[in-house]
Amino acid sequence: MSMAETRTPLQRRIVTWIPYFWLLVFFLAPFLIVLKISLSETAIAMPPYRPVFDGLAGLWAKLAELSGANYEWIAGDPLYWHSYLSSLWIAAVSTLVTLLVGYPIAYGMARAPAAWRPALVMFVILPFWTSFLIRVYAWIGILKPEGLLNQFLLWTGLIDQPLFIMNTNTAVFIGIVYCYLPFMVLPLYATLEKLDPALLEAAADLGAGAIARFWQVTFPLSLPGVLAGSLLVFIPAVGEFVIPDLLGGSQTLMIGRTLWNEFFANRDWPVASAVAIVLLLVLVIPIVLFQNAQKRLGEER
Amino acid sequence: MRRMGFFNLAALALGFGFLYLPIVILIIYSFNASRLVTVWGGFSTQWYVAMLHNGQLLDAAWVTLRVALLSATLATVLGTMAAIALVRRGRFAGRTLFSGMVAAPLVMPDVIIGLSLLLLFVAIGFDRGFWTVVIAHTTVTMCFVAVVVQSRLASFDFSLEEAALDLGAPPIKAFFLVTLPVIFPAVAAGWMLAFTLSLDDLVIASFTTGPGATTLPMRIYSQVRLGVTPEINAVSTVLVGIVTAAVIGASLFTWIRARREKRPAA
Repeated sequence: MSMAETRTPLQRRIVTWIPYFWLLVFFLAPFLIVLKISLSETAIAMPPYRPVFDGLAGLWAKLAELSGANYEWIAGDPLYWHSYLSSLWIAAVSTLVTLLVGYPIAYGMARAPAAWRPALVMFVILPFWTSFLIRVYAWIGILKPEGLLNQFLLWTGLIDQPLFIMNTNTAVFIGIVYCYLPFMVLPLYATLEKLDPALLEAAADLGAGAIARFWQVTFPLSLPGVLAGSLLVFIPAVGEFVIPDLLGGSQTLMIGRTLWNEFFANRDWPVASAVAIVLLLVLVIPIVLFQNAQKRLGEER
Repeated sequence: MRRMGFFNLAALALGFGFLYLPIVILIIYSFNASRLVTVWGGFSTQWYVAMLHNGQLLDAAWVTLRVALLSATLATVLGTMAAIALVRRGRFAGRTLFSGMVAAPLVMPDVIIGLSLLLLFVAIGFDRGFWTVVIAHTTVTMCFVAVVVQSRLASFDFSLEEAALDLGAPPIKAFFLVTLPVIFPAVAAGWMLAFTLSLDDLVIASFTTGPGATTLPMRIYSQVRLGVTPEINAVSTVLVGIVTAAVIGASLFTWIRARREKRPAA
């Protein structure tokens, strides 16, 4: 090991332990509390659940009191089932549309003159830095029945009745695609930019047409980017709250919104906690997939 | 160099049009004289004047700015430490848990982070308000800082730091004089990312805040729920303007720096 390691074990350890301790207290401990409360019964009090800690002595008594009642409640109520399934469905459709919209953009960027590329990357990232809430808000004025999209379509004569897009799932799809597009474009661009043009030239020399070159060379080589981008869109979209709340209608069920209402409107903390735990379980598989994909991309570099 | 085909140019034009048109429309309508957001009633800056006289909005902006400055700075210190620990300290007890905790908030839905932190603050009897939002934002954004700094440290030549130590520099001095200047662009980028994430956050702040600490996104959100107003467009335009200027400024700065570093070699 390096000299520094032997000379300054204490300082090294402090550098590790301060952030470690912070995350244990403010990240891990809160999860254990959520888990605990999700297993406790609702009490009509302030706070609206039974106390979590009262010493080690009461620990065994507490363990005996744990109940799966909140989970049974979630399993028995179709509202929650529909919320989970519809979140997964909305996120999956939006991810697919984002891929279809994002791929040509990333492809165009990778084929642009090298001198343009840093500026193009910056212009894809720029909207990501501007407020998420504002970008969702911008669509309300466009999609409303008397909004700009309808004004424009009525003016061109394409429609003679305003379209009702606002407060539907379509508006949620548009919102998710718009907000998460940079997350899809950047990993796609990273894989497409590295693609060796000699491979395409070789394919052309062997007689492959433009379409065959794309499907047999470009697309398979960009798959790591497709996977990374899709998961970067899908994972946050499942738990999204702002977009379904502002653009969706009353029939738009998404689990982030259900959890929010359970917590702020119904003030049922144990059920909200159980909803959160189940949401995490739903997301475990895509998250593990994403981390494997990232590791593979890292190894390739 | 091959010329760009029609398809590629069209894809770029449509793609960037889609990304920017809604924001451009939002900015244009902030100068609308009419109260109706979607009907153009002539040019006016009245909504900017109204915004500057809206006390609640200005209070919220001030709270948000202080939260973002404090949490971004704390997050940068903690996140940089975490990155150094993960890159430099090979194996240590609990490393897997540590790297897992650093990676998790990046993919965790905001509603879960917000809910869990709120339940922690209630369980330990910590009064909710300004400081709980700062703690919540620090916890999430330090992980983003750690990832950004970690990727820079991975290519850092640590023999430089060891040389300084061998020459007798105390470790803290070696860090500030040798390591930090080299990784500084990543640390600065991490701070900026943490700052904008904190400015932008609605969900986590809504869960963890208390009386007297309403942030700007919370204020905007409650007004948006009541309907679209040109005043919100004006506020949005100001925010977009600040962020755009900062990002373009930072990009120009790194670009000029990179050019200057290249020149002596050429």
